[in-house]
Formats: sequence, C-alpha cells, structure tokens
Amino acid sequence: MAGGDRKYLGGLVRTSEGRISREVFSSRSVYEDELERLFARCWLFVGHASQVPEPGDFVLGRMGEESVIFNRDRNGKLHVFLNTCRHRGMRVCRYDQGNSRKFTCPYHAWVYSDEGGLIAVPKLESGYHNELDTAEWGLIEARVAEYHGYVFACWDEETPGFEDYLGDFRFYFDDYCRTFDGGFGEWEAFGGTFKWRMPCNWKFAAENFGGDYYHNPSHASVDAVILSPAGVEGRHTYDAVTRARELHRLNICFPGIGHTARGEYFKEDYEYMPTYQEMPVVEDYFRECYAKRRERLGEKARFFGHGGTIFPNVSYSNGVQSMGTWNPVGPHETEAWRIFLVPKDAPDEVKNVLRHYVIRYQGPSGLTEQDDMENWGYAHEGARGTIARRFDYHYGMGQGHEKRGWPAEWLGGDIYATEDVSEQNQRAFFDCWARYLDTPPGAQGARKPSAQRAGKNAEAAE
Amino acid sequence: MDSHRDTPELERLLLRHAVERFYAMEAELLDARQFEAWLDLLDEDIHYWMPLTRNKAFGEWEGELTEAGKDLNWFDEGKFELEQRVKQIMTGLHWAEEPVSRTSHLISNLQVEEDGDGIAARCRFLLYRSRNETETDTFVGKRHDRLKRAPGGFRIAERRIFLDQNVLLAKNLTVFF
Repeated sequence: MAGGDRKYLGGLVRTSEGRISREVFSSRSVYEDELERLFARCWLFVGHASQVPEPGDFVLGRMGEESVIFNRDRNGKLHVFLNTCRHRGMRVCRYDQGNSRKFTCPYHAWVYSDEGGLIAVPKLESGYHNELDTAEWGLIEARVAEYHGYVFACWDEETPGFEDYLGDFRFYFDDYCRTFDGGFGEWEAFGGTFKWRMPCNWKFAAENFGGDYYHNPSHASVDAVILSPAGVEGRHTYDAVTRARELHRLNICFPGIGHTARGEYFKEDYEYMPTYQEMPVVEDYFRECYAKRRERLGEKARFFGHGGTIFPNVSYSNGVQSMGTWNPVGPHETEAWRIFLVPKDAPDEVKNVLRHYVIRYQGPSGLTEQDDMENWGYAHEGARGTIARRFDYHYGMGQGHEKRGWPAEWLGGDIYATEDVSEQNQRAFFDCWARYLDTPPGAQGARKPSAQRAGKNAEAAE
Repeated sequence: MDSHRDTPELERLLLRHAVERFYAMEAELLDARQFEAWLDLLDEDIHYWMPLTRNKAFGEWEGELTEAGKDLNWFDEGKFELEQRVKQIMTGLHWAEEPVSRTSHLISNLQVEEDGDGIAARCRFLLYRSRNETETDTFVGKRHDRLKRAPGGFRIAERRIFLDQNVLLAKNLTVFF
C-alpha cells in the first residue's frame, strides 16, 4: 500500500486483468511517488566509459530529474556526483563535457576535487572560524557500477548490486554488450549526446522500447522509403536478412524482473547473408564478425537481440547500438538523452555507415522515432482527460500464452517468451514498477532480491 | 561598359538582391509544401548539416559543435537522404507530419560574398512551425550556405545550420531549414 490509500499492484496496475489505469501516466502524485520510490532506488544509466577516457574527463548525466557529473578522477576511478553545491545548491558544473581536476561553485566559490572532496572554502578562517568540517561536506556521490563499459549509478544503499539487479536478464544485456564478433570487445561512443524534449510521460517510451512489435503500423512511412543502410528492404539493418529466414521473433521477460527485451531466434544455424554488397569493406567486416560470432557462441549465436529496456528508463537498441535514457520532467514531459556506439576497432567505413544510419533512424531527426514520438505524445494526452482517466488502458495481448524456457532452454530457464506480438513485456515492466511504488521510503529492505525471487516463484506457480 | 556597374559595391548589391529573391522563393516553396520543387533547388552533391551544440567554458570553443562526418549531428546528409524525407512526408503516413506542419521561414541579416568556390551566403533564420491544434516551435539560428550559379538562379551546394539550442526543445525536426 502506498501514497496514502493508493495501491499500485492490484489497484492502478491490474496486469492480471490486462488493465492499467491511465493515472499511471498522468497523475502528479503518482509521478512524485516515482521520483522517491523508483528513480531514487533504481540503477540508472549515466554514460559510457569511452566518454571519459582520460583522468579528469567529465560529462554531465541525468538521474531522474537531477543533473549529475560523471567523471574519471586523477587516479582513473569513475564517479557520479549530484551536480549541486552542498552550501546553497548551485550547479558546480555547467559544461556538457571537459577535463578538470576541480569543480568550483560559481556562487560562493566552494571548490570540490575530481574525487568529490570539498577542498577549498573561501573565508574558512575569518568567516567559519575553522569550525566547518570540510570532510562532511563533499559532493553527494552515487554508487557506481561499470558493466562492459556502460556506467550505471544508484542512490540507494539497499538496492542490490548492478549484476544482481540485472538478474536473469543479464544474458540479454550481455548480448547487447557483445561486439559484432560475439566477444566483449571495446565500444566507443560517438561524440555528442542527443538531448531533446518530448511531450509525453517517460513510460510510453520505456515500454515501447521494451518490446512492442505490435506498433509496426507506426512505421509504414519509413518502411516505404527504405531506411536500411544496405538499401535493400525495410528500416532495420537486418530486415532483408530476417525476411529470408525461418525464425521466431521473440518478446522476452522474466517474472519478477522489470527488464525486458526483444529479439530473433533463428530456427537453423544460417550462413552469413550478404547485406552490404556495394560497400566491400563493410561487407567484409560483418562477414568476418558473423563467422567469429558463430565460432565463439556456438548454438547461442542463433539469438540476435533487437533491443530492450533496462528497468526503469534505460532503453537500448542492438545493431544500431544506441543507449538512451527517458528522463522525467514532470508527468507530462520527458527529456530524452541518447548516445550511439561502435566497436572501437571497426574500420572507419563501418563506423561511418552505422553513424549515418543511426542518426537518421532515432531521435528527433530520425525518420523512425519521429513517428513514435507523435504517437506517444497524443497517447499521453489521452491519459489526461477527466473522463478518459476513468477508463483503463488495455494490456491484455497474449495473456496466458507466455512460454517458459522456449524456444531454447539456454535462453533462460525462467524466461517468458512469446512469438511476434504480445504485451507480456509491458505487463512485466508495470508489475515491477508497481512493486517499487508500493514500497514506501525506508521499506526497501522488504524488496531485496530474495524477496523478488520468492515473488517470482509464487507467480510461476500460478 | 557602364562605369557604375563596375563598382564592387553595386555588384555586391545586385548579388545580394538576387540571393534575397532566391531565398524568398525557396521559403515560399517550403511554406507552400512544394517539397519536390524545393529539392530541385538543391545541388546533387549538397551537404546538409546541423550539428549538436555543447555548453563549453568561455574561450574553450573547440568541441562546442559536433563535427560533420565524425560525431553525432542532427543532420549530416546529402540529397538522397533529403529526398527520402520528402517521400516520407508524401506517403501521408508519416504521423509526425500528418497533418502536415504550417511553417513560416523568415530570413534576415543576409551577407553575401562571391569567391572562386561560388557564393557564400550567411544569414539568420527564424522558422516558426505550428501544427495540429496548439503545437508550436520556434527555431532560431544561423545558416551558412554555399550557392552555385545555375540557370534561372542558384543551387544550394552546402547548407550548414546552427540552431541556437542545447537540449532540443522541439519533439522532432521534420521541417526543412
């Protein structure tokens, strides 16, 4: 029970009936619960290690509504600091990126080191009479986890470590982290971060990326103009390949976990299919990577991830290798941030083809996501009306048709998978969301991994 | 030859006048949704570029803009890609432009120089967009074009668009600059 009389699981979120209240997207008090109970507790993506390669490098990040500094200190250690002076709250860093050994507050000139310590305070002697314990007043620092170069941060000590937080979903995030050759090669982010505002609640984007093959009609116009970099078919890098093969198109989630993914499982172990015939360097690269991947992963090379959402607001895409966050700006607005990555050792031709493709696919200038945002924006408007809010959204597709441990046991024993279109991933997302929101501040101990696991077994037994 | 016509100032004035008329005609085409006719104004090898803008320390301007051909950019493309954008709108299924935007392209502070490479035209732009019932966006910035002389006027060989925004406040960039 949360937020006074409000109940999330079984109340606003009734996934067992395939229903979710529109209040979830539009209510101010639900939003405030999210900030306290979700964003202040979850692991959130702040950046990629390649954005801060040198000691002293920093970039800004966002966690929930708040600005953070993601940096590499003089000793090479990664930190995430809340971007606010401990004295009066002014931002201590207002540059999107740079290299600095210290952050000086523009207001009263408190100075913090790249390790977060308060190292200088004007008039410490004449004003504070040496009575200020500077050791107590360093920058507010988050827990940091670097996972194959992807850096996540968390404010809550009670939240399990990042790998436990991923849980059984780890296989799928690993699949994303693998370079095209199937190994854990080094990725590098292109310079620049897409940052833009969208007039919708952040969850429309998170649940869409988490597995919504049903929304294909949104993209009829981009499929018609053929965005695929190979110029053959469709809007994805893999569309031509996909259409030539026997496969299961999967929605993937795990009961009790909010992370969700989508991908393809090839029914056979196929040879590489030529895709970039007109670009020999690119073609050779992907052919070679494909062979190495098969050799390295064996049977598991038959799974190709398309993308997913790391609960709650981190969405990634494979093939285009993007990593984005849906940052809340009130219930009715979202500030999206996204970076794009390529394998560091890929030939320049490959990097350029992928860069050129991704910036035309995703984001506000992307032919595909433009149409998504149009739908999310007006879907959000549909969650605001006094009358409209009395009527739930429908989340019942494929209910009861989830398959366990299918189509291959190694995809995860506890996996819930469905073919083609289903809303199982959205239900898993909102079940997890509701459990966080039903947990009042200070009670997170009750929702540790063991408790989650118990809940999962209970659901699995149903 | 008329001696008055020889003065560089008058030449510049005439060139500026011609470019001004060209831009007015271009704006007219875009605002009238004559996108295919607009494409005809673009050189086959046009580079159409709009970088991202970073907040940087005063004087440390390197990296203030993302680089074409290397970094992420809002646009970094050629005519084929712009033709795709036009085709997408014309499917009638491009929901972000369906119903289509109402736009007004305003151009000012025009400066024109001609050299061996053609004509360098710099201006400020204000692109106002209204869509559906209450959606509005105001895009303001600098535009640096390179124009080629062509029968009946000019062709745009390069368009560099510097939007004065860090976080893009519009939900999309479906309009042409």
